[in-house]
Amino acid sequence: MTTNRVAETPREIHDVFKDLHRRFGVRGLEKRRADQAYLRADRDEVIPLLTHLQAVHGYGHLAFFTAVDRIEEGVFELLYMVHNYELRHDLGIIAEIPREGDGCTMETIHRLWPAALTYQRELREMFGIAFPDCPRVDEDFALEGWDDLPPMRRDFDTREYSERVYYARPGRVTKETRKHMKENLYPSEAETW
Amino acid sequence: MADATTTTRTYAERGAPANAAVANPDPRTIAGGPVAAPAGEIATSPKEADVRTVDGQLRIFTEQLKLANEGLAPEDRRNFCDHPPEVIKPFRGTWEKFLNWARSESLWILGFGTGCGAIELRPLMTARFDMYRYGIQPRPTPRQSGVFVIGGYASVKTMKRIVRSYEQMQGPKFVVALGSCTINGGMYWDSYNTINRLDHYIPVDVYIAGCMPRPESLLAGFVRLKEMIRAGECEGANRYAENFEWYKTNQKRIIKNWNMPDYNW
Amino acid sequence: MTVLTKAFYTLVSLVVITVYSLLLIGTMARVRAKAQGRIGQPAYQPFIDIIKNNSLRTGVSHGVMFFLGPVFRLAGGLGTYLFIPVIFGSAVFANFSFAGDLLLVMYFIFFGQLGMALGAGESGHPYTAIGVARGLAQMTAFELPFALSVIAVAAQHGTLSITEIVAAQQGGVANWVAFTNPLAMIAGMIAFLGMSGGNPFSVVLAPQEIPIGPPTEMQSSFLGMLQTNRAIFNGAKMVLFMNLFWGGAAHESLIVAILIMVAKTFLIYLYVTIVGASFPRFRTEQSIRFFIGVPTVIGVIAVVLQMV
Repeated sequence: MTTNRVAETPREIHDVFKDLHRRFGVRGLEKRRADQAYLRADRDEVIPLLTHLQAVHGYGHLAFFTAVDRIEEGVFELLYMVHNYELRHDLGIIAEIPREGDGCTMETIHRLWPAALTYQRELREMFGIAFPDCPRVDEDFALEGWDDLPPMRRDFDTREYSERVYYARPGRVTKETRKHMKENLYPSEAETW
Repeated sequence: MADATTTTRTYAERGAPANAAVANPDPRTIAGGPVAAPAGEIATSPKEADVRTVDGQLRIFTEQLKLANEGLAPEDRRNFCDHPPEVIKPFRGTWEKFLNWARSESLWILGFGTGCGAIELRPLMTARFDMYRYGIQPRPTPRQSGVFVIGGYASVKTMKRIVRSYEQMQGPKFVVALGSCTINGGMYWDSYNTINRLDHYIPVDVYIAGCMPRPESLLAGFVRLKEMIRAGECEGANRYAENFEWYKTNQKRIIKNWNMPDYNW
Repeated sequence: MTVLTKAFYTLVSLVVITVYSLLLIGTMARVRAKAQGRIGQPAYQPFIDIIKNNSLRTGVSHGVMFFLGPVFRLAGGLGTYLFIPVIFGSAVFANFSFAGDLLLVMYFIFFGQLGMALGAGESGHPYTAIGVARGLAQMTAFELPFALSVIAVAAQHGTLSITEIVAAQQGGVANWVAFTNPLAMIAGMIAFLGMSGGNPFSVVLAPQEIPIGPPTEMQSSFLGMLQTNRAIFNGAKMVLFMNLFWGGAAHESLIVAILIMVAKTFLIYLYVTIVGASFPRFRTEQSIRFFIGVPTVIGVIAVVLQMV
């Protein structure tokens, strides 16, 4: 919706940022666009921060909740994207949790947004992040009965898994479509391409 | 889990299907797009096929040679079929030819879009392509349908429903596999969640290569299917019954939460 | 005439009406296709479908009542047809018509659906009950204008015998009930739309709706039987309406009489098809409201006019 995009970040949003910096230990404000900004928060402060955003500043819509596997640093980046309908502003809250061990858990936000339950089920299944106290989080999401490493972790070798499990058909070749069609299907027209 | 009292008949004990070429027909690539890779020999050796027998997941038959239905709760088992499918021999001579002609002229496809390729089925019903001309009609339930069109990639989750629907169809039944994904995985060949070769899970009669194949390719595929039915080559249901254990082994290998009857008759 | 001769004649007439009606169903599918800008299936497609369904190698039964469902349905179709005289004055096509056959026919139209409900119930499919309930609700609704129009026709001619009603309409187009009692004809023909299950009253048969209701579990030869019955039942209903409102089929020459029958039933079915091609579907409660509205009022007026 480029037509709705505001050229300058409105005054009110700067006030929001100021308020957040005063109350919470947030850092690294990154204004990607005039209507989109990202903040980094400590893992323990995410829930109070989101509650405050929802209750006080009108960020009432959870646009999405996902994770990024930063295997090099040994962390998952959790990204909570919330939206303010009045200010038409997206705010992404980024928190880091360790990839491995007991630390790979996060507090549930299903009490703030019931829809987050589905996101958390997905994160549990695809990344192996635990959400204690979240109802139905252990139910299957897209995979049924998955018993291997969670497939969206970057140390999961999807090609090796596929070849091991799904009977790769031997003799598979990949052709460059344009070149193949030029040479085999329309040789007489090749020079006009 | 296979102890002395419950004999587990596995693929390995029974040996490979008598005719491997029957169990794994060459993909009959017929229309549209570049020709798919040739079939090659069976990728699965018996050893490979029963990797999951260790934890007892692969038990198909009880010692009375009935279906074990171990995925079901014990009290539910008696509600479901415990007989594997049987091979029903076709009649001989002119009568079977006549019946095959009738079958080929009345193809009822199951209205179950299993993947993105199912989008190509809709134009077939419209004025431009009009599949009714060829005696092809969509039907809403597997019970009444005779042709299963697999619409492209099949994820494991869908594969479970595909197996279930396929088994509920009444024989002789035919499978048209649509798109490269059913042949060798297509663009999802290295995905953790989509199968690579459909003919390892259900018998396939006709492949239509392409990504996506156009509706014209589909019509060409149906015409090819009709020729094959008239020639008596489409005995997929019997092939499924003959190699039941092989198909079941493959299916159970990927469908890990097997909580349905072993044969959805 | 012995009963055996009569039974043989009825068998001949049954075969004729089945073949004709299957062809008619195929033709009308083609007419619908033309309305949609398609070429459409061959006219003989229903025959192939029936052969195919009956020649499937496997079939699943869910018990005795499941077996009997299609049998009851077929009995309903046959029962409707067997008591309707097809060609006025012909021994071969008189079937088992008798003095009170109109009442029996009205009963048989209902009978098949009830049998089907029993059979579908045993299939264990959770939605068949909904499908059956919808079908019966709609049936009860169109039965109202239909019964009223039949009462009006019976009162007009003072008889419950279809043969006598046809006899009273002979001697010219002006004697047809359609022109001597137009209100009864209008109510009856609107009820016929619902009875045929074409649009806009097709939701009870629609494939996408609660997977087609009662026939969901029917396959192989069960389905073949239902298809055969559909042809007989359709033929019987068209012949009934031709007899009640459109002067029946009568001529000294049997061939000409059959041609008249073919022409009239074709036009009656064409009317259903044209209405079907022109309108979208009603939901069940909408079609019930429709039937107990204007068509019922027309039927009541037709009856009242006959009584005063």
